[in-house]
Amino acid sequence: MHAVKLNNLTKVYGKEKSVAVDNVSLTVEKGELFGLIGPDGAGKTSIFRMLTTLLLPDGGSAIVDGYDIVKDYAYIRSTVGYMPGKFSLYPDLTVEENLSFFATVFGTTIEENYHLIKDIYIQIEKFKHRRAGKLSGGMKQKLALCCALIHKPTVLFLDEPTTGVDPVSRKEFWEMLKRLKQQGITIMVSTPYMDEATLCDRIALIDQGKILSIETPENITRSYPDKLYAVKAENMYALLKTMESYEHAASSYAFGEYAHVSFREAISEDTVKRYLQDSGLSGVELRPIDATIEDCFINLLKK
Amino acid sequence: MRTVRFLLQKEFRQIFRNKAIIAMICVMPVVQLAVLPWAADYEVKNVNLAVVDHDHSTFSRQLIQTVTASGYFRLTGYNDSYQDAMHLVERDQADLILEIPAGFERNLVRENQQKLFVAVNAINGTKANLGGAYLAAIIKNYNQTIRTELVSGVTGDPLHLIEITSSNWFNPLMNYKVYMVPGILAILITMVGGFLSALNIVKEKEVGTIEQINVTPIRKHHFILGKLIPFWVLGNIVFTLGLIVSWLIYGIVPEGNLAVLYLFIAIYLVSVLGFGLLVSTFCETQQQAMFIMFFFMMLFVLLGGLFTSIDSMPEWAKTVTRFNPVRYLIEVMRMVMLKGSEIKNIVAHLIIVTLFAIGLNALAIFNYKKTS
Repeated sequence: MHAVKLNNLTKVYGKEKSVAVDNVSLTVEKGELFGLIGPDGAGKTSIFRMLTTLLLPDGGSAIVDGYDIVKDYAYIRSTVGYMPGKFSLYPDLTVEENLSFFATVFGTTIEENYHLIKDIYIQIEKFKHRRAGKLSGGMKQKLALCCALIHKPTVLFLDEPTTGVDPVSRKEFWEMLKRLKQQGITIMVSTPYMDEATLCDRIALIDQGKILSIETPENITRSYPDKLYAVKAENMYALLKTMESYEHAASSYAFGEYAHVSFREAISEDTVKRYLQDSGLSGVELRPIDATIEDCFINLLKK
Repeated sequence: MRTVRFLLQKEFRQIFRNKAIIAMICVMPVVQLAVLPWAADYEVKNVNLAVVDHDHSTFSRQLIQTVTASGYFRLTGYNDSYQDAMHLVERDQADLILEIPAGFERNLVRENQQKLFVAVNAINGTKANLGGAYLAAIIKNYNQTIRTELVSGVTGDPLHLIEITSSNWFNPLMNYKVYMVPGILAILITMVGGFLSALNIVKEKEVGTIEQINVTPIRKHHFILGKLIPFWVLGNIVFTLGLIVSWLIYGIVPEGNLAVLYLFIAIYLVSVLGFGLLVSTFCETQQQAMFIMFFFMMLFVLLGGLFTSIDSMPEWAKTVTRFNPVRYLIEVMRMVMLKGSEIKNIVAHLIIVTLFAIGLNALAIFNYKKTS
């Protein structure tokens, strides 16, 4: 049995009928760490809100942990854990009060499931008498994760848990997720950060409500069709301009301090270098690279 | 039940941490009841009076003395011409002009009649109305006195007069405070019940905590009960505080049974809380909720019979007041506190407010969704 199964799930908003989620079908296996990767407005949150029974779908169906999201919403509410993108715990209650409130709401206690949250809670335990609203961003995330975990959910939905969190906390957060996965909890996580995609077991790339691809991160990067080069020159802007007008270049875009370029046909590195130098660019570097998830995403978007 | 208990625990914790709410609950009834009844007083005092005396006689002096001795008037001008007095009115230093014609005393004695002229500045309608009426009453009284003196001096017979004596029931001293305090108390309870419940629920929406609550097994009615009960309790506390304050400051002790009063308040609070809940289901932000509540609050207060008597409203307004729960509370408060009405006298009110409670809450629950 799949942990989560979406079948042509659709959500349409407003009078102008803008389609936020467009016939999305995917499955998440039990115990999997599944990533929903896409830019803002791709429909990630809408999918999460439908799966957690906060939003009614306009078409299609979905099953979470064996229950239908519309018919059996009451079961789903007692079995899944949800951490919304926006911090939504009680800011005027302390860390401990928030946690015990959500534990009691699910008819359990902190002690009963302490083993699940121990690793995370230990990091914020010294602030347990502090009001949740007075915590730093990273600590808020940890508390929210604890609260979403305290009833031992079968499936955990994390909507952009790392947005607005510093790089160190982000890294820590993903390590926590890996440990949770080892406990057998199915995790579905969304993020706009492509670099986090490689940390998932499988990912779905999504844009404008449509799924572009569902694969393991390795397979996605491996299936990148062209040979990709990282190019650097002293004048980045001129480099991009020159590349744009280069007849052999298929695509070129800025990627950190490099420009990522692919070509229409196999071409020798020297030819490209010579072309760039002839165009008046200095300090030209060129080397073949493996495609990242972001390259794949950009490539898929172009189609 | 267990869930409701935990929700209540959480709710009270939050309320007691919110210093502004605690302050409002303690300070609002005390301040409003201590200050407002003194200010919201219908009695018109200190009416500024300018006298134009063309006569300068014993009678005219007596008349002026009688008027100023009444305590309602303050003599701010004693002029020789009407124009001078009018200037005082223009400069807002006089509200009334009393003009005494030349030969006032002579004509009164000789011809048995004389005319006085009273001009009233009617910008402030209430003041003008009452000031004019007071002055007329005083002059009439004075007239009777001098007539009695003159006529009985001549004939030796006592003059036959009808004397009217009235006695004021339920508020013997016609003290406006006694009338205002129960009304203000009614408004206070409505504010606490309506505003706090509406804002509290909308706050959960605004902060986003309702999202988190909605994905838990908490049932709709649990959540609503968890929200309504704390404010029901607070409403009762405010009411009790208000009763104590009105007893301490104004010595107003409910004539009727306290149990009857609390019974009515209990049901009334449920209806106001239901109204707050209903408003909260329509609003996404506290600002919206605040504005909507204010709009209704104004209607409730002005059409509730607190300041203006419902009996003197036009028919359509009277019809509107029938849909105003505050009206029934104000009536019951005055009936029970001042008149000592018993439960059988307020049965109709009880039934109406119960209907309000059921109707508003049903609408609110119907409109409250956990899923959009």
